[in-house]
Amino acid sequence: MEYGLAVIVLLAVVAFFVTGPLRSAEREERAEQQLREELEAAKEAKYREIREAELDRRTGKLSEDDWRRIDRELRGEAIAILKRLDELG
Amino acid sequence: MAWLGSACLFAGLLTALYAAAASLWGARSGEWRWVASGRRAIFALAGLLAVAFAVLEAAYLRSDFSFALVAQNSSEATPAFYKLTAMWSSQEGSLLLWVFLLSLYASTVLLLVRRRLREIVPYAQAVLAVVAAFFLGLVVFAEPPFATLASPPADGNGLQPLLRHPAMMIHPPMLYLGYVGFSVPFAFAIGALASRRTGADWIQATRRFSLAAWSFLGFGIMLGALWSYTELGWGGYWAWDPVENAALMPWLVGTAFIHSVMIQEKRGMLRVWNVSLIIGTFVLSLLGTFLVRSGILDSIHAFGASTLGGPFLAFIVAVLAGSAALVVSRLGDLRSQARLDSLLSREAVFLANNLVLVGLCFVVFWGTFFPLISEAIGGEEASVGPPWFSRYTTPLALVLVALTGIGPVFAWRRATWASLRRALVPPLALTAVALAVMLALTPAAESVPSLVMFSLVAFVLGVVAQEYWRGVRARRVMAGEPWPVALVALVGRNRRRYGGYIVHAGIALALLGVAASSAFVEQRDARLVPGQSTTVGDYTITYREPIARVLDDRSGTGAPLTLGARLEVEKDGERFVVEPSRNYYGASRPDPQAPLRSFFDGEATSEVDVRWGLLRDFWIAAVPDLQTLEEPIREGDERFASLGSDVGGLLVAALAERFANTASPVTVRALVSPMVAWIWIGGLVAVLGAVIALWPAGRRPLGGVYAARVGRELREFARA
Repeated sequence: MEYGLAVIVLLAVVAFFVTGPLRSAEREERAEQQLREELEAAKEAKYREIREAELDRRTGKLSEDDWRRIDRELRGEAIAILKRLDELG
Repeated sequence: MAWLGSACLFAGLLTALYAAAASLWGARSGEWRWVASGRRAIFALAGLLAVAFAVLEAAYLRSDFSFALVAQNSSEATPAFYKLTAMWSSQEGSLLLWVFLLSLYASTVLLLVRRRLREIVPYAQAVLAVVAAFFLGLVVFAEPPFATLASPPADGNGLQPLLRHPAMMIHPPMLYLGYVGFSVPFAFAIGALASRRTGADWIQATRRFSLAAWSFLGFGIMLGALWSYTELGWGGYWAWDPVENAALMPWLVGTAFIHSVMIQEKRGMLRVWNVSLIIGTFVLSLLGTFLVRSGILDSIHAFGASTLGGPFLAFIVAVLAGSAALVVSRLGDLRSQARLDSLLSREAVFLANNLVLVGLCFVVFWGTFFPLISEAIGGEEASVGPPWFSRYTTPLALVLVALTGIGPVFAWRRATWASLRRALVPPLALTAVALAVMLALTPAAESVPSLVMFSLVAFVLGVVAQEYWRGVRARRVMAGEPWPVALVALVGRNRRRYGGYIVHAGIALALLGVAASSAFVEQRDARLVPGQSTTVGDYTITYREPIARVLDDRSGTGAPLTLGARLEVEKDGERFVVEPSRNYYGASRPDPQAPLRSFFDGEATSEVDVRWGLLRDFWIAAVPDLQTLEEPIREGDERFASLGSDVGGLLVAALAERFANTASPVTVRALVSPMVAWIWIGGLVAVLGAVIALWPAGRRPLGGVYAARVGRELREFARA
């Protein structure tokens, strides 16, 4: 008896909670906002790579020529991300 | 309140099934609100399981023996700490812990990525929900933790004595945090495959979870080793027991994974390899849980054996087959974006490290399952012992440590010979000095593998020190900061790299302890009577007197009787006293006709005495010879059997007094183990490094000024 009642009450509470997004007037979370956050994360990761390459050069692991080549590639990839961010406005 | 716990589990099962269905429907239909609803279902699941967990913990603390589980493995006399942790000594409780931790992990990761990975998340969510539903199915239908007893006993059986050890009570949650944690990157890998978003997004989103799971699993393995060393009474910390191996295998493959994903992040390579590694790690994690729970292999963990083998095996096969089919169907999406530029690159070293780690895992797997394999092929069960494992794992471990040192000195893509020469000369010089010192001052040359390991450890530590020094120097040149500030800034801004180096140093230190203690341990087993002496290494051990304590166990396990020996140890004129003993817990159902005999037929554990030291441990265990008590036990059983358990305590106390006052012999095992302490120190250093590596960065991890400068420069570069 207690068990059955508890299951019903718990399921009712859970159902109310989980169906919130289905009942919401805002039926769709904004895809644009999600894309922006993904691009921001990608930009951060790319910046980190640029900085790591710079640290490798300064600690003598990368020669000047190799670093310039890698840095150019990474910056090119970062620019592509920035352009996509700019396109979002 | 058992009804509330059961109701939470049943509602949780339905909620998990809903989460899986809603997430998949959201993914198929493209309606994000269904995915959001599925995510909420995962949050709700965590809430339900938190209530269930709290109900069971409260029952343990209240000693509510109407709960079958509480009556089974707790008692009024069980110390509060062990009551709190007794839940996971049982199968039902540990399965509840598994799924509760999974719901927490899943909720955390889904909260963090709620606005990202739009295509991957729905599938990852569904995978996490399905895994949770499997474990909930087990606790609802097969092993219910909230079963009740119609006639609760006045007292419970108490916690299995072997588990009354602080390390052992923290060890299972740590292992489970590891096993369960790997389900997060696994779920996102499956999500990436299902959605064909096979880039590095899923790796970056779950990187910290992978590292946390790896750290917890490693820490759990170390705690298990510590328990074995201080509780089991045989003197070692690793026995290649199936259940130990079961935890080691996912850790090894997980180590390969957290290295190789960096190649995918940097270069877009090894996509098939990385998803295969995380699938392997997760399957091995399930296998680890399965091995403890199935009882198919003889193990020191036999107290965990049960009949859940069938469902576990079916689930493992389903996960493996489903994942493999998905990988094969996505081979086209998993093509590498780049090729290996040079063998002189960090990518190449990581690849080699991956092959060694997977090779190690294969050796451990083969040795662990050899009894089953041999039985299946030849009809007879045969097993392999520690020498077999050592023969194959030692050379692989040496190569691995060498790669641990070599890896950090290589740059990504291509290193030059000149830069390698510069980077390798100082650590190699340090290695040569260390080798010379060892040959001159220590007996290290008596074991060539150990000598090689010591030299490689010196090399790894030299590389790590050099990396820090070069990094700080570069930072000082760039920012003009004083040394301490530059060090903090360097680590703070490059946590993953410099935390990783500390992990390398920790693992090297731990392996130093393993190599030294394995090759140079000295052991003596002797039967002594009071006044007699024996020696081990430079130590002379003299048995002074027997000791007996009633309800006064110094380890706080609540043992009713402790018998042992007081021994005086002398080395180079210095003396100290040790008191190894054995705890007796009595039978859970004593024979009323022979209460004393059955008391000693119950569980007993070794309480070893260890003098810890950075250079060596002095370790001693004692097994009291109960021959001197044979006569009084027989007499006591004959005269007092009819009085029942009322006088049992008094009789045990009388026996204890008899033991202490006669020249009772003891059998001692004494060990002098060099550098064992470095295993634990190395483990803690590795955990510290892992914490640094996974510590979350602030909102602007690159620093506002730097980010602005890079951004400005990049925009100018684009305009040019």
